[in-house]
Amino acid sequence: MIGYSVKLKDHFINPRNVGVLPDASVVGEVGSLSSGQAMKLFLKLDEGENIVAATFQVFGSPSSIAAASALTEMLKGKHLDTAARITSADISAHLGGLPAEKMHTCVLAMEALEVAYARARGIDLENELDEDEEFHVCRCYSVPEHKIERAIRDHNLTDIQGITHYTKAGGGCTSCHVDLKAILGRVHAEKPAEAKPAPAKAEGKPAFSNLALAQKIQEVLDREIRPGLAMDGGDMELVDIRDNKVYVTLHGHCNSCASSSATMKFFVQDRLREMVDPTLEVIDTTEHSAELHAPPMR
Amino acid sequence: MSDQPIYFDNNSTTFPAPETVEAILPVIGEGWGNPSSTHSFGQKARYEVEKAREAVARMLNCTPAELVFNSGATEGNNTAIYSALEGLPERKHIITTRTEHASVLEVVRYLGDSGYRVTELSVDRLGHIDLDELRNEISGDTALVSLMWANNETGVISPISAAGDIAKQFGALFHVDAVQAAGKLHIDLTEHAAIDYLTVSAHKFHGLKGTGALFVRKDAGYTPLLRGGHHENGRRAGTEAVLGIVAMGAAARMVSAKLDDYAMHMRAMRDRLQNGVLNTLDDVVVNGDQHERLPNTVNAGFKYIDGEALLMMMDAENICVSAGSACKSGSMEPSHVLLAMNVPLSAIHGSVRFCTSRYTSAEEVDELVQKTAKIVKRLREMSPFGHDHKPAGLTHEALQRHRDYFAQAK
Repeated sequence: MIGYSVKLKDHFINPRNVGVLPDASVVGEVGSLSSGQAMKLFLKLDEGENIVAATFQVFGSPSSIAAASALTEMLKGKHLDTAARITSADISAHLGGLPAEKMHTCVLAMEALEVAYARARGIDLENELDEDEEFHVCRCYSVPEHKIERAIRDHNLTDIQGITHYTKAGGGCTSCHVDLKAILGRVHAEKPAEAKPAPAKAEGKPAFSNLALAQKIQEVLDREIRPGLAMDGGDMELVDIRDNKVYVTLHGHCNSCASSSATMKFFVQDRLREMVDPTLEVIDTTEHSAELHAPPMR
Repeated sequence: MSDQPIYFDNNSTTFPAPETVEAILPVIGEGWGNPSSTHSFGQKARYEVEKAREAVARMLNCTPAELVFNSGATEGNNTAIYSALEGLPERKHIITTRTEHASVLEVVRYLGDSGYRVTELSVDRLGHIDLDELRNEISGDTALVSLMWANNETGVISPISAAGDIAKQFGALFHVDAVQAAGKLHIDLTEHAAIDYLTVSAHKFHGLKGTGALFVRKDAGYTPLLRGGHHENGRRAGTEAVLGIVAMGAAARMVSAKLDDYAMHMRAMRDRLQNGVLNTLDDVVVNGDQHERLPNTVNAGFKYIDGEALLMMMDAENICVSAGSACKSGSMEPSHVLLAMNVPLSAIHGSVRFCTSRYTSAEEVDELVQKTAKIVKRLREMSPFGHDHKPAGLTHEALQRHRDYFAQAK
């Protein structure tokens, strides 16, 4: 099936903690039928505000079911304040990385958690929650403006495709793309005013936190590189990332062939530079057998 | 789990019939010459190609000379559209519908960006166009009316004859995408004199993928998409895909001989499937007109669940179906066909297409129904919008928003 990790499939086919929690201390509910996805998160807290049980109900795609299932597993045993720090990137990482266009499902799960947290703390959410009353920039998926602005800020989005991946906005009839562009421009224009020191950027591309960078790289490997290697009985593993150096190891057929691995290194590096960050360097840590192989017969 | 999938995705593609496979084996062995070669070995291949052309012509009731073999429906649709526009160069208006396949819709939208005026006819809740809207929109400036014979997602059949007559009153060329009709409905081009171009694709009726044919009426304009050789009478350059063409001929012969039997069987299986699903599950809607519909297709909307989730759970059970059109299952867009029909949003995300074939068995249908019911129930139990949580009111508001939006967009 299309681009899903083994872990995601497992959480989808065998979701953990499904259903209503009758004695829940707090419930977080987000989404709507019109947006195509909705989630209800039930949390039970003990006196010390530790999460003793977490369950969910979800309407949505396989990845939203998996994201909800993963979140409930991640929440169990955590203190409410610790739990509140879980991000959509953490949920995605827990599932072994999601295809970019499915990231909005992790955002949905994170939002359900935020609502539950806010409810537990007595924070007023009226403005955030009234999705069906609000003006929707994207009418196909009923996405309000504040949600788009927030996704741009939280995930350093630079294009419409990114917005669609994280919020679904713009994924339908595309008539809101003009508005999305305008919002992008506006949010980026206000950016320098933020107190945060600007992270080092290369050619306007977003700089990633280490986790996000690892994820992004893994995603490119999974989508662009590994399927091709698998056809030749090989595989590539991401070993480490340090100071923009990406350490990889080749497995299977690939590791016996030093010449192909040199080509591979530059190919992977090119892809990563193009799609993630132009300053990345790929370092092959495979121990290759000494002899060179003859080129394959044609 | 058996090795063979339970296959209900026959509008996407069909399996090559044994007769089709049998027909190509001798061609692989001995008939592999180039049909354009003058030596007798090449001419053997030429003979096979022309035999196939006659078979396809018989299926469509046209003359063999009116057929151009090509790579399939996408090429056929592209060629027909460009040919029509070059045939009537002074006219700058194209009419099509919102529910066409992407290989028509995206081409005319591209042309809309490059100087042509494009009208996309709306459809009603049942998937039908309004002939009055066509009459209002068409003018002496209209070069082409392009309409699909039957819709790939819903199976809804278009009023080909009436639309063709209107096109002819205004001197416009008329293209029909008959990809889903071939092998399921009678296509008799002598009864449809208004049709100038008609597209068919072999793998939709148990031929092989990669081969199709475009019917071009004798007096209709034609502009090759591919140039560089005299193949297909100079209409489509490139050495003929002999195997695919021979397979298409064999598949067409089967259709000519037994279409009524095939259609009756597909219909019986489809009805068994539809009744089975409707009898075992609540909150299921059938999308599109159930009468003017292909005999093999049912598009069912399972309320309160997501189509991709349903698809993926079915895949885990080795059942093949599609949500929306196949090209879209990898993406998350709701089907443009169902959106155009204003299908309620409660059902649009959970809409799945089931298509039977002449080979579908009653046992397969029963297994499908039973497994579908199990999976839908499971997903609904998981959903916050399950039976006792129906979000009253919301769907109508949301639907109204869509209607407003489309009214504005128009």
